[in-house]
Amino acid sequence: MAYPAGPPPGLPDRHGGALRVEAAKCAEGCAACGAVCPTQAITRPTGNPVALDLGKCLFCAACVEACPTQAITQTNDHRMAVRRREDLQLGKPGEEELRLAAALDEKLKKLFGRSLRLRQVSAGGCNACEADVNVLGTIGWDLGRFGVQFVASPRHADGLLITGAMSRNMELALKKTYAAVPAPKLVIAVGACAIAGGPFTSHPQILNGASSLVPVDLFIPGCPPHPLTILDGLLRLLGKLD
Amino acid sequence: MNPRREFFLLSNGASVPWADVPEWPAEAFVAATAAGLERGGRLCAWFGVPEKSGTRLVAVIAFDAENTLAVGRSAPVGKSYPSLTPRQPQAHLFEREVWEQHGLVPEGHPWLKPVRRQNGGQPAVGEFFRVEGGEIHEVAVGPVHAGIIEPGHFRFQCNGEEVLHLEIALGYQHRGIEEALAGGPQRATMSQMETVAGDTTIGHATAYATILESLAATEAPLSAQWLRSIALELERLANHAGDLGALANDVAFLPTSAACGKIRGDFLNLTALLCGNRFGRGLIRPGGCKQVLEAARAAQLAEKLRGALAEVNEAAEWLWESNSVRARFEFTGTVTASQAAEIGLVGVAARASGLVRDVRFDHPAGWHRFAPVPVAVWPGGDVFARARVRWLEIQRSAKFIEEQLAAPAEGEGFADPGPPAGDTLAVMLVEGWRGEICHVALTDRTGKFRRYKIVDASFHNWTGLELAMRGQAISDFPICNKSFNLSYCGFDL
Repeated sequence: MAYPAGPPPGLPDRHGGALRVEAAKCAEGCAACGAVCPTQAITRPTGNPVALDLGKCLFCAACVEACPTQAITQTNDHRMAVRRREDLQLGKPGEEELRLAAALDEKLKKLFGRSLRLRQVSAGGCNACEADVNVLGTIGWDLGRFGVQFVASPRHADGLLITGAMSRNMELALKKTYAAVPAPKLVIAVGACAIAGGPFTSHPQILNGASSLVPVDLFIPGCPPHPLTILDGLLRLLGKLD
Repeated sequence: MNPRREFFLLSNGASVPWADVPEWPAEAFVAATAAGLERGGRLCAWFGVPEKSGTRLVAVIAFDAENTLAVGRSAPVGKSYPSLTPRQPQAHLFEREVWEQHGLVPEGHPWLKPVRRQNGGQPAVGEFFRVEGGEIHEVAVGPVHAGIIEPGHFRFQCNGEEVLHLEIALGYQHRGIEEALAGGPQRATMSQMETVAGDTTIGHATAYATILESLAATEAPLSAQWLRSIALELERLANHAGDLGALANDVAFLPTSAACGKIRGDFLNLTALLCGNRFGRGLIRPGGCKQVLEAARAAQLAEKLRGALAEVNEAAEWLWESNSVRARFEFTGTVTASQAAEIGLVGVAARASGLVRDVRFDHPAGWHRFAPVPVAVWPGGDVFARARVRWLEIQRSAKFIEEQLAAPAEGEGFADPGPPAGDTLAVMLVEGWRGEICHVALTDRTGKFRRYKIVDASFHNWTGLELAMRGQAISDFPICNKSFNLSYCGFDL
């Protein structure tokens, strides 16, 4: 794979990529998008402009189809990872698109930039995010060439990659695993579940994402995110992309 | 015993007014269910429906040879009923689940303990069966495992290398899917169905969509049924190819491991060609399919499928021709045909123990009524057999897709099914890539879900992995586990 020196492999033509929201284009009094969103990721409270939380978004495109004024559009951009949760809030002027992740600071980049060992913890998801993280280890993607590797023990890890909505039944195991990773440590939340609970948001059996228990350094949206989106996030964090 | 009296008989994908489901006192109902299973039935689902005066038990039995499903129910039960498990071990987890969800005690159940209930940040796993003795040691693995996989806990009782007993405790992925369905469908329901088991999105989405269509006394347009059947086989191809690679990896046979890891992705990309998502999210909706497969796209799919099939066949040849692989696969993790029948195994694992059972063949619904699929069986019950069945199914699935693409169903792909009928029960079985998926919906007077039961193939099959490990070296656990490749989230719901 030529990427990242060459162009990235294209997303499937029906994928759509990240979304763009221009609240200024909304028709007066229209709330067609909110009515069809499965996770209430997109809302338009009376008197307020439309707001899309891409962290809650499952990318089903129901809002795109429902919008009569093209205020919500697909960008076909695979890049979606952000460092701060609020960088996934779209709609306001100047915030029509997500604000891509900045690299780690120089000190952390020096520590992790050429060798990042991650322990993966799956906590109340559906195993699709896990599957597409696994794909990055296969011969085409070859994650190892960037010095990123998944390790068997948290003691050997520089951080956690968390998937799933953070089930209460995994609360103890996640806390123990996080504690076992030596500092300084990173946490990467992959997928809508790990960011905000995904399709299971506000079920009493879950805690609505990894941030409920540990500080998150990188959020990668999607249900699941395309492998290219996950790779972009990891490389962006390590300062390997411009 | 005449099942026509104890049960309402229906075909797969059909629905029945709740009032027409025969009702029996609990003891007679358990006896009738046991008798039905003893004369060749399989327990697809066993669950409770709460009422004011207690909880009703509902049984869904499949009579494969007769291509018929049977549904029966008990009168409301207050506290306990005579357990079905001593006569029919295939009921053991179902009865634990009913006990956990409704508090009904199955009197005489040999191993009554929680299934997924939460207890202080972890599942209430209960006591584990222990082998006593000075030379016995216990090995505890999980919930967090060494690879990028889901959480679960394995407790081995070992004498040296030999595993005397394995008990598997799950529930870590529990996210309340069934509970949230009461009063539904809600806006998030379709997305939750697509993520019951993320690698089986098409299987569970098809079951759910068909349930809603059945409750509305309609069917999806034929072209949507056609497209769903293609997507189901693409899902099977991706997972089976991935499993052959994973099995190769666990015996350090890297050529097939490396190749199949990549080919699995190629198959996922074919699903993405249909709908944009590699797991098929957004393709299936109650009433049909959201996308259409137009001729140009179908041609592209056929061409890419041929390429991926040629590659997976080459990678599988390397595997079959390697003596060292065969030596590791053969006679490892054996589940006999009688064990498989007794515990109610389904899918690949059942067929690899020589049992001829496949929903597509035994209980055809949707497009499978017009395009039958032969059942791929291999005797032996070992890791080799489970690998071999996957390879046979890769051939059949590719052939099936090729044949369907050559003769597409015409017409619209979506028609609003309308509202679900009230006080009605619907059953839908789908042969997912792991095996039988069973969805059962019961509506209230207004057509909302009063109860929705989901049974993933994994719910039946985890017991198979436990049995497969008896007498094995503990170092063979990874290949035994991989040869079943069961879902944690599909079990945990």
